[in-house]
Amino acid sequence: MIVLVLLHAVVAVAVLTAARARPVAGAVLGCAVLGATAVTVGVLGIGRSTVRHEAWAWVPDLGLQLAFRLDGFAVVMALVVSVIGVLVLAYSISYFDHDATYVRFVGLFVAFAGAMTGLVMAADLFTMFVFWELTSVCSFLLIGLNDRSAAARTAALRALLVTGAGGLCLLAGVVLLQVAAGTSDFAELASAAPVGSMVTTAACLALIGAFTKSAQFPFHFWLPGAMAAPTPVSAYLHSATMVKAGIVLMARLAPVFGDLDVWRWAVVVCGGTTMLLGGARAMRQTDAKLLLAHSTVSQLGFLTLLVGLGVPGATYAGVAHLVAHAVFKAGLFLGVGVVDHATGTRDIRRLSGLAREMPFVTVCMCAAAASMAGLIPLFGFATKEQALVALLDADAGAAGTVALVAVVVGAVLSAGYSVRLVRGLFGTKRDLADIADVEHAHVHVHHRPSVGLSVPMASFALVSLVAGLGADTVGRWLQAPVVALDAGATGVLHLWPGLTTAFAISLTVVALGAVLGWRVPDAVAPTVVSVSGERIFQRVFDGLLDGSKRLTVVTQSGSLVAYLGIVMAVLTAALVAGIAKDPGAGFDDLRLADSWVQAAIAAIAIVFAGAVVAARDRFVSALLIGGVGFACALLFALYGAPDLALTQILVETLTIVVFLLVLRQMPRRFAADPVWAPKVVRLAISVGVGCAVAAFAVMVSAARRAPSVGGTYAELSLPEAGGNNIVNVILVDFRGVDTLGEITVLATAALGVTNLVRMARRARARALEAAAPSPLEGGSDT
Amino acid sequence: MSLAMVVLIAVLFGTGTYLLLHRTLTRMVLGVGMLANGVNVVIVATSGPPGEAPIVGREGTTDSVPQALVLTAIVIGFAVTAFLLALAWRNWTIDGNDAVEDDVEDRRVARADERRVVDVPSAEDVEL
Repeated sequence: MIVLVLLHAVVAVAVLTAARARPVAGAVLGCAVLGATAVTVGVLGIGRSTVRHEAWAWVPDLGLQLAFRLDGFAVVMALVVSVIGVLVLAYSISYFDHDATYVRFVGLFVAFAGAMTGLVMAADLFTMFVFWELTSVCSFLLIGLNDRSAAARTAALRALLVTGAGGLCLLAGVVLLQVAAGTSDFAELASAAPVGSMVTTAACLALIGAFTKSAQFPFHFWLPGAMAAPTPVSAYLHSATMVKAGIVLMARLAPVFGDLDVWRWAVVVCGGTTMLLGGARAMRQTDAKLLLAHSTVSQLGFLTLLVGLGVPGATYAGVAHLVAHAVFKAGLFLGVGVVDHATGTRDIRRLSGLAREMPFVTVCMCAAAASMAGLIPLFGFATKEQALVALLDADAGAAGTVALVAVVVGAVLSAGYSVRLVRGLFGTKRDLADIADVEHAHVHVHHRPSVGLSVPMASFALVSLVAGLGADTVGRWLQAPVVALDAGATGVLHLWPGLTTAFAISLTVVALGAVLGWRVPDAVAPTVVSVSGERIFQRVFDGLLDGSKRLTVVTQSGSLVAYLGIVMAVLTAALVAGIAKDPGAGFDDLRLADSWVQAAIAAIAIVFAGAVVAARDRFVSALLIGGVGFACALLFALYGAPDLALTQILVETLTIVVFLLVLRQMPRRFAADPVWAPKVVRLAISVGVGCAVAAFAVMVSAARRAPSVGGTYAELSLPEAGGNNIVNVILVDFRGVDTLGEITVLATAALGVTNLVRMARRARARALEAAAPSPLEGGSDT
Repeated sequence: MSLAMVVLIAVLFGTGTYLLLHRTLTRMVLGVGMLANGVNVVIVATSGPPGEAPIVGREGTTDSVPQALVLTAIVIGFAVTAFLLALAWRNWTIDGNDAVEDDVEDRRVARADERRVVDVPSAEDVEL
């Protein structure tokens, strides 16, 4: 199984890189891979008594592995994925122009098929998640296949964001479940039946993931947008396979979580709403493809209801209908593609009389649509019948009743939009000329549909019919897959169910639906529901962009002084927070002064510092700050640090010289300072910093717990380094590398200073030249 | 710890911060210098009571490690001051201006109230 998945990947890469010149050969190769998958899965999975299981250690330390299990359900899903894949890929050969876009389509299509195959065969949640995300990425790339179209790009991004967000929820849920239950294997989860609030949270998160992927309300809006993709993509990813991933996940988890009230009600409410909303929206569409998209949303809601409930009979019906839907919906999409190809439009207001011009297509589409509507003897009838029977018998309380009502109403809508689709595409409309807003009312068939387009489409219709006629046999085949999901699940499919309540409901539903589909005028779009997940999504999306921009504007004002003010304010806050942990520490040890000389010099330094602030003259302030520096040097000397005092005096002298050199060229007095914040704020910050640092210093002086390393240096100074002055020895010997770093800083600063000065000189020279051009240059110009 | 040093620390940091929060580059340089002095005094003052210079063989010496740190800091403080002064001088020579201006790009971002219009098609009318 791992080999199969890898094979897809290899072929996809090969097509994308090597098959540029021969897209058709690439497509044939893709068909071969998908066909081989179908055969392999059939041979390995059908009629075997043992379930094949493969695992490949991925991150052994975390117990992560890529594990696959080919149980009955996986076989059915893998067959759906690969067989439909072969037909759609074959169809695409005639559908596309054979250009670079087509090469990309084929490569991504095969890659997607591989990801989807991996997803349905996954034995545990982590493996499923990996392939889940891969399908999202493939979907993004395929929706945006026409990368010149802004609409396609936007739709692709939206689909990716919605399904990606859901994927993150799923991942969180999977991790929670792994922690709570100790396993992520589907079979082990089902037998462990974990409970607890963590498990409930995990279930909800996983459900959100499933809902986003399967376009359930309120995340349904991305699916109609995804119709910007070419029709084969829509047929394969966005109706037959990828959007079923959520259903697959729910089917796997329903035996574990089916009894949770949250799970059951979420499934019923969201599934039911989706079914009705999608159906109602489908009744409003005039674009046949969008009609199908909304009908897919509706059908996915139906599947969610059936599979998510965790009622054995409904699960059976869900799996059966999943297959039925994949087949008829793929056929319908391909059919719409054929019509689009032949006439250049999919607008059902413009199409008229196609039944006469394209009889074969009409018959095939009628069969597929009849399956969607639930007409006997098509496959869709048998599966829907079983759904009704299961829900009528279900012991699921109020949720079951709500689900039944939703399914019945949804089925009426299904029949309605099926009729609307067929009538709109193929019927003859006499009142076409009356429609004012359509300019070229009648559309001509440019060319007959080619065999390459017709055969795949007809295959789907044929399968719908044959499976319907042989419903009893197919029903028995489907028994094993459903048991793989839920050991207690049973069900049957009937071609002719006999005169039962469910049958009576079915007949009524179809009749009502037909009336509805026939009576709703094409051009009228009744507003059914104004709630739009799409609009909410757009608001959130815009809000995020807008909010981040505002945040940038607020935090990044561009004013250096404002930044410095914030830095200093934060410094104060941090110090205060530290002091607050042990307020008052160290204040007991406080003396007035170590000596009167110290007090006097400190007072002088304080006076100088105050004078620097008050000074309005550059020279004076430079000299005053020099005074502060010299006072500090004296304090160091008094403290017993003669090296510091010496260095400070030297450096302070140099600093004053540099100051004077620079300030020589500037005006003596400071210009009035442009105010950026009220003086009170600046003063408050300054006083805050001063007090906080002083308090911090007091606290730190009393906070020593361990002896200083200075003692060790003192002992080692003479024997190791041969020096008596410990500070000197530290600088040039023990911490010599630090001193090297210091020298590097000095050198860098010197380089910087040199360059700044030279640049400034050159700029000034140029400015002078521009202001007064030399006579020589002026002469040569004239 | 002596109160005289504590008050000096408070004043050095207070005035240093106040000078730093100006737009005039020369004053900011003065502020940086003041803060550098303040930091040095903090490190020396918190290292313990005054004593003999840390020379081998003497009794009651002060801690040598903070002094080594501060010695490095003094030199680097000089380098920073010199660099900032060169910057101030360059600004003055080229612009005739000694003030730190706001970043033009950031102001532009803040002013740009015309939103980037993203044309998002609704699901109802996707161009197919």
